[in-house]
Amino acid sequence: MSQEQIDQLITKDYAAGFVTDIESETLAPGLDEDVIRFISGKKNEPEWMLEWRLKAYRAWREMVEPEWAHVNYPKIDFDALSYYSAPKSMEDKPKSLDEVDPELLETYKKLGIPLHEQEMLAGVAVDAVFDSVSVATTFRGKLKDAGVIFCSISEAVHDYPELIKKYLGSVVPQKDNFYAALNSAVFSDGSFVYIPKGVRCPMELSTYFRINEQNTGQFERTLIIADEGSHVSYLEGCTAPMRDENQLHAAVVELVALDDANIKYSTVQNWYPGNAEGHGGIYNFVTKRGIAHTNARISWTQVETGSAITWKYPSCVLKGDNSVGEFYSVALTNNYQQADTGTKMIHLGKNTRSTIISKGISAGKSSNAYRGLVRMNPAAEGARNYTQCDSLLIGDKCAAHTFPYIESKNPSAVIEHEATTSKVSDDQLYLCLQRGIDTEKAVSMIVNGFCKEVFKELPMEFAVEAGKLLEVSLEGSVG
Amino acid sequence: MLSINNLHAKIDDKLILKELNLQVNAGEVHAIMGPNGSGKSTTGHVLSGRDGYEVVEGSVSFLGKNLLEMDTEERAREGLFLAFQYPVEIPGVSNMEFMKAAVDAVREHRGQEAIDAVSFLKKTREFCKAVNLDQNFLKRGVNEGFSGGEKKRNEILQMMLLEPKLCILDETDSGLDIDALQVVAEGVNSLRSPERSFLIVTHYQRLLDYIEPDFVHVLAGGKIVKSGDKSLALELEEKGYGWIEASLSGAA
Repeated sequence: MSQEQIDQLITKDYAAGFVTDIESETLAPGLDEDVIRFISGKKNEPEWMLEWRLKAYRAWREMVEPEWAHVNYPKIDFDALSYYSAPKSMEDKPKSLDEVDPELLETYKKLGIPLHEQEMLAGVAVDAVFDSVSVATTFRGKLKDAGVIFCSISEAVHDYPELIKKYLGSVVPQKDNFYAALNSAVFSDGSFVYIPKGVRCPMELSTYFRINEQNTGQFERTLIIADEGSHVSYLEGCTAPMRDENQLHAAVVELVALDDANIKYSTVQNWYPGNAEGHGGIYNFVTKRGIAHTNARISWTQVETGSAITWKYPSCVLKGDNSVGEFYSVALTNNYQQADTGTKMIHLGKNTRSTIISKGISAGKSSNAYRGLVRMNPAAEGARNYTQCDSLLIGDKCAAHTFPYIESKNPSAVIEHEATTSKVSDDQLYLCLQRGIDTEKAVSMIVNGFCKEVFKELPMEFAVEAGKLLEVSLEGSVG
Repeated sequence: MLSINNLHAKIDDKLILKELNLQVNAGEVHAIMGPNGSGKSTTGHVLSGRDGYEVVEGSVSFLGKNLLEMDTEERAREGLFLAFQYPVEIPGVSNMEFMKAAVDAVREHRGQEAIDAVSFLKKTREFCKAVNLDQNFLKRGVNEGFSGGEKKRNEILQMMLLEPKLCILDETDSGLDIDALQVVAEGVNSLRSPERSFLIVTHYQRLLDYIEPDFVHVLAGGKIVKSGDKSLALELEEKGYGWIEASLSGAA
């Protein structure tokens, strides 16, 4: 097999790169307190919410952009971004799917998530976020019967102010970091989930985010609260249209798993990665964190194939005794993509356990870094961590880095760390070709094999999608 | 079946095969023997189309087609199979999945429908038994953690599944104990048929005790310097390769 064949393989087009022609209401670029008042006003927010935002904004103004990540990009001009965009037809909120702009629904269809069909067939409740406004939330009825609250965060501010006041910012405080502060100030929408005590959520909850409007940042905010003894599995998928300019995505996700609760959060991220020359693409600066109380379990699974730059560390604070944190990740970079991703496992309680399985795949001229922190606090008696970081290189122009940070302040804690780096070798490809298997299929088989441990953690329908996504993202990758 | 004419091939600008000529008819078993560095393994890789092996002169026709014009995978689909000397590991890709992908690719090329999972599994299990491999090996990664002998038996298993027309065995006997050698030989013998040919590359006569060749060729310096029947292999075992090289230089 030749170099050209391999190159062809990695250069497939971005399938979700269409733009939807919908009239939008977009705020002029720039950020000041008036903008925040405008956003808050648009949403008819109560005064306390506006104050919360302003507090975050004032903190953000004093903060500086972090530069420690292993990524390179020109400085972002935060005054050149617009902080609010909503499809015009959303001015009067739809009461049901029938009232939603058909073109909007068509967009979701192209993305492979026909809401109507999903509602009837798939049994997945979807809260779709289009630019900044939650478009349609399905399956509310069925969830309501179980006592589950699944709505946009804007609605939750109005309908469940006590829960919002208590938990918003309780895991990721406004001043946590530069991007979290920015998000706290301007977040436009996102999902809110509450699972009552002892309830096992009757279906997988899922959100599809999509950035459509040019030059807009998307700042969604997700808050999931699993009350004592409850179970929930949440899926998140992301795509964005092709643009020459870079777009900013700074989301915050907070998970609260109270005693004996179980939260599984799965992400398939396929934001536009930029073209083969490295122009355009999403800057994905995301803060995701969960707090696990006594005997609770939080499990993050992510498949990251998109974005020009990914800066993301889904983390677990293992506060309660015997709580469990898990992080399963596949991060694939191609062309000029850069990823600095990993996790933080903060062990506070006794006998807390965490598992980290990270699979990084680098192709083209990309750079892929794993950055992980495992901290055993003095009270974390008998805590355990197991970390496994594997890197797979495709071609000889890409890079893989591993930055593990380990801090143990309790002598009884046990920390294991394993790391490997391997290459898709010419010999492996030759074996496949000699058996009649073509290069494309061979590379995809080898990469999927490499990711198997993580894929088996994904819900069934996502596992299939993730496998396909890897195939598309790898096109033209061996070099 | 296979006709190699005046073949010259190089790797990294080093000419390895010089004026190689060989005719293999359907149903025949040819053994290629020779000292280290004579070009035995190179012959197999050039025929199967490995990247980096460059043909500079000569022609090869396979079942009436120009073999050298075909891509590696196309040659495989046309029925050329190479059993590797050092089978490589592919971690995480199950042996079963790998073999199904190969069989499907070959069948598609032949215009056949993809084999259904049940009959494939049945067939695979049957062949596992024939090469004395536990069925657990089907679930494991391709060659992942296999012993030397298990890897070679896995190669024979693939050969049985793919039903090739021409089987090239590249020093399949190296690193095998006598029991594994017999298993491999039995596998090969079970595949012998009037439509199928074999090219067996080996250092030693040992394997030929079990797989009886129709012809034995001695490769030295990139070309065939002597051909004969199976008795030639015995002669080589007794005298070594030195006498051939000596007689050649004497003749020159």
